[in-house]
Amino acid sequence: MSQDWIDIGELSDIPARGARVVRTAVGCVAVFRTGSDEVFALQNRCPHKGGPLSEGIVHGKSVTCPLHNWVFSLETGEAQGADVGHVRTYPARIEAGRILLETSFLQARMAAE
Amino acid sequence: MKQELVIIGAGMASGRVIEHLLKEDPDAFEITLFNAEPRGNYNRIMLSPVLSGDKSYADIITHTDDWYEQNGITCRFGEHVVRIDRETGTVVGQRGALPYDKLLIATGSAPFIIPVEGKDLPGVITYRDLDDTNAMIEAAASGGKAVVIGGGLLGLEAAAGLKERGMDVTVLHLMGHLMERQLDESAGFLLRRDLEKRGIKVKCRASTAAILGETRVEGVLLEDNEGLEADLVVMAVGIRPETRLATDAGLDVARGITVDAELRTSDPDIHAVGECVEFDGQLFGLVAPLYDQARVVADSLLGRSAAFTPKELSTKLKVTGCDLFSAGDFADGAGREDIVFRDPSRGVYKRLVLEENRLVGAVFYGDTRDSNWFFGLIQSGEDISEMRDTLIFGPAYQGGAALDPMAAVAALPLDAEICGCNGVSKGDIVAAIEGGATDLGTVRSLTKASSSCGTCTGLVEQVLGVTLGDDFVIPAAASICGCTDLSHEDVRRMIKSRELKSMAAVWQELGWKTSCGCHVCRPALNFYLLADWPLEYRDDPQSRFINERKHANIQKDGTYSVVPRMWGGMTTPDELRAIADAAEKYNVPTVHVTGGQRIDLLGVRGEDLPAIWADLNAAGMVSGHAYAKGLRTVKTCVGKDHCRFGTQDSTGLGIALEKRLWGSWTPHKVKLAVSGCPRNCAEATCKDIGVVCVDSGYQIGVAGAAGMDVKETERLADVATEQEALDLITAFFQLYRENAKYLDRPYKWVAKVGLDWVKDQVFDADTRQGLIERFELSQSIYQKDPWAEEARKSGEKYQPLADFKLEAAE
Ligand SMILES: Cc1cc2nc3c(=O)[nH]c(=O)nc-3n(C[C@H](O)[C@H](O)[C@H](O)COP(=O)(O)OP(=O)(O)OC[C@H]3O[C@@H](n4cnc5c(N)ncnc54)[C@H](O)[C@@H]3O)c2cc1C
Ligand code: SF4
Ligand code: SF4
Ligand code: FES
Repeated sequence: MSQDWIDIGELSDIPARGARVVRTAVGCVAVFRTGSDEVFALQNRCPHKGGPLSEGIVHGKSVTCPLHNWVFSLETGEAQGADVGHVRTYPARIEAGRILLETSFLQARMAAE
Repeated sequence: MKQELVIIGAGMASGRVIEHLLKEDPDAFEITLFNAEPRGNYNRIMLSPVLSGDKSYADIITHTDDWYEQNGITCRFGEHVVRIDRETGTVVGQRGALPYDKLLIATGSAPFIIPVEGKDLPGVITYRDLDDTNAMIEAAASGGKAVVIGGGLLGLEAAAGLKERGMDVTVLHLMGHLMERQLDESAGFLLRRDLEKRGIKVKCRASTAAILGETRVEGVLLEDNEGLEADLVVMAVGIRPETRLATDAGLDVARGITVDAELRTSDPDIHAVGECVEFDGQLFGLVAPLYDQARVVADSLLGRSAAFTPKELSTKLKVTGCDLFSAGDFADGAGREDIVFRDPSRGVYKRLVLEENRLVGAVFYGDTRDSNWFFGLIQSGEDISEMRDTLIFGPAYQGGAALDPMAAVAALPLDAEICGCNGVSKGDIVAAIEGGATDLGTVRSLTKASSSCGTCTGLVEQVLGVTLGDDFVIPAAASICGCTDLSHEDVRRMIKSRELKSMAAVWQELGWKTSCGCHVCRPALNFYLLADWPLEYRDDPQSRFINERKHANIQKDGTYSVVPRMWGGMTTPDELRAIADAAEKYNVPTVHVTGGQRIDLLGVRGEDLPAIWADLNAAGMVSGHAYAKGLRTVKTCVGKDHCRFGTQDSTGLGIALEKRLWGSWTPHKVKLAVSGCPRNCAEATCKDIGVVCVDSGYQIGVAGAAGMDVKETERLADVATEQEALDLITAFFQLYRENAKYLDRPYKWVAKVGLDWVKDQVFDADTRQGLIERFELSQSIYQKDPWAEEARKSGEKYQPLADFKLEAAE
């Protein structure tokens, strides 16, 4: 499938070890920035009870859900440790200080609707 | 017949290309070399030693005039190429045009200049070539103050050089730590400490707003309005590929001139090499890959097949005394494992990042002796599972037997020092044990070992273990989390005794095992640091739980609850009206009265928070901190003004306490109450701090609870005046802030330290006064209404970063 990268903002719009959300027709996507300035995009819903992952504490390349402390890998979306669950991930990258999000998943969904 | 080869730019890359060409086939080309600088190739990376005075320009020339002459190269130095004409195949220089058969663009990059007011003033320079270096040397000759903008490789080398030459130097860096692209925070902290030791001032998170001065530079103004004096400003914030000629000539240019693996541009007769190119989306800012490119481009020009493949890079800083090395990818993450080694006393930090049993990244500070060996492992991608356990110790330890720490302690001589703070030797401790000591506490009281900073606790325990044999079991104190073996209490003690004032300082000096902590230790450290160093430490919102970061309680459905403060439980019709208006305006579904006499608006949407705060602020209300590990509420009864039993003004005392204590962060939430008589309508005897007013004055109780545990308060004191009550309570509150473990309510903490110890502290007039003063100092920084600050300046961060729903609808 063709890649469709959309510029969603400046890296500095997101605090280091923080996240902001992007609202889409298929639900909110949380865009994370790690302490070493990498970006990751994940669905903003914890598979446990729907906690907003964008509000969790980011450490290394993981985020801890703010509601009940499940920890997820930002890279794979897999729950860590004893918990079992998965969050969808989407491609995101940085170019010249701007955050790019790969959004073909949106179109795929919209075309299907 | 020889072909005409024209080269634009006599830099580090083209110098190498020419050498390869001459070596492989000296007769292939007639070479003309243009250079904007009025000189030929020199070793640009040695400009830093020239700046610091360790070398002179003559030492770093790589190709002399004689050399060019002997090899028949036509030099047009000091002449800019202004245009490339592809139609006619000519290059136009300032002094005339020249036809080419093959063209090589090697124009390097141009320093990036931040577009602030004053950037063009005399005295503002970049750091790129010999002229810049000479300008700095000249400026430094008259001393004065230099400000270097940019804390990366170049900026720091400039700073060190200027300091060597006697200037008073300050480095401004936008990010949280120095060289953030090459170093992690811990290594960045050590680097900063070393630079500061040599007298260079460093300001991180410093954003330049303007450069000040009339006819020449006089100072720098920062975004937070701080001003710095400056006689010289060096901008070293980054570089961008010099692509103007290529763009004008219609070649494909992305960020750099786009080239294929043979370094050919979109025009087959034109090649490009060095910092001006972009290959496979990558730019190149260090010489190692340029040298690889130079070899490939020479082959390609000679019609031989060759391909450039980017390799892992390593970085070193050329500042004597700052020993650092970084290579590969050192970000941590799932599937990756860290091996971290820290030796705080030697200032050594080493971190290896492993993925699938291969080394993918490394950061070293303080001891880089084996860095080449590690770099080799990164490049080769060799399987390291066999040597994993000893990998961090370097090549010398491979294949040898692992050292047992107990055996190492047993082997220590009796005069070996165990506790550095108190000068206690192994012999002293053994003597104490032979005299009857069987546990750490006794050894501590007999010898003082491990009673100050505590880092030697483990060693003392090992001496106990070795001396007592099976009679001693090394106790495992509960550590904060998996990132450290230290307990909360140890960490608190060391933050104070070693004056650790930043998170990175704690991680490094106390040997954290992860690169940046986790959701368990970070909130605790953030609190400890701000409680102990209110002036120096900067609160880190990213280390706070969502409730404190958003200044509202998150509810199970992701909405928030908003609680304005009602001092001492008092309110007015105006306030009630404003609350009702806000509830209507923001469609608040639930309005609830809390157990602490406040009104809770439940179900507010995250985006609406700044707006509802602004409305409540406008009506004179501030945040109730109902979400905070801090002072929540002071519940009161109506007291003697209205009640026939009332003995004192309980409401007034409640309000006074709340006004004094609000806004302070504490280890856990704290609730207070004041009742006007022993009938205790405010339920003061099951609060963290409760006052019961009686005819003779005030009975102060502490360490009560009414949560998961229910516990009556214990009597701290009976006092006669309101002032005494206020003072004692403030002192108790600060003592709790300074000593308790994060997430211990006062009743848990008092149970650990004992009420008698608490009384000793707060009854001693000097100690009490000190506690009150430190509390007030902290309040001068932290007693602020977070609603007002957030609603005013960072409201946008409560909004989505982008909204594709809207775009789709349009
Ligand atoms: C102070 C300093 C310290 C450094 N330290 C290190 C280090 O320790 N390690 C490391 O790996 N790298 C270091 N670097 C980076 C390294 O120097 C560069 O990566 C390297 O010099 C790039 O080589 P280049 O040939 O692409 O460009 P350059 O060496 O910059 O050469 C380009 C040349 O082209 C000329 N030019 C540009 N436009 C035109 C035109 N239109 N007409 C004619 N001529 C033109 C320029 O005047 C310049 O002389 C350092 C750089 C600096 C400035
Ligand atoms: S605690 Fe005493 S003074 Fe206060 S309301 Fe109750 S009865 Fe009245
Ligand atoms: S008592 Fe439990 S359920 Fe009730 S508000 Fe408190 S935490 Fe929530
Ligand atoms: S909702 Fe995320 S851990 Fe429970």
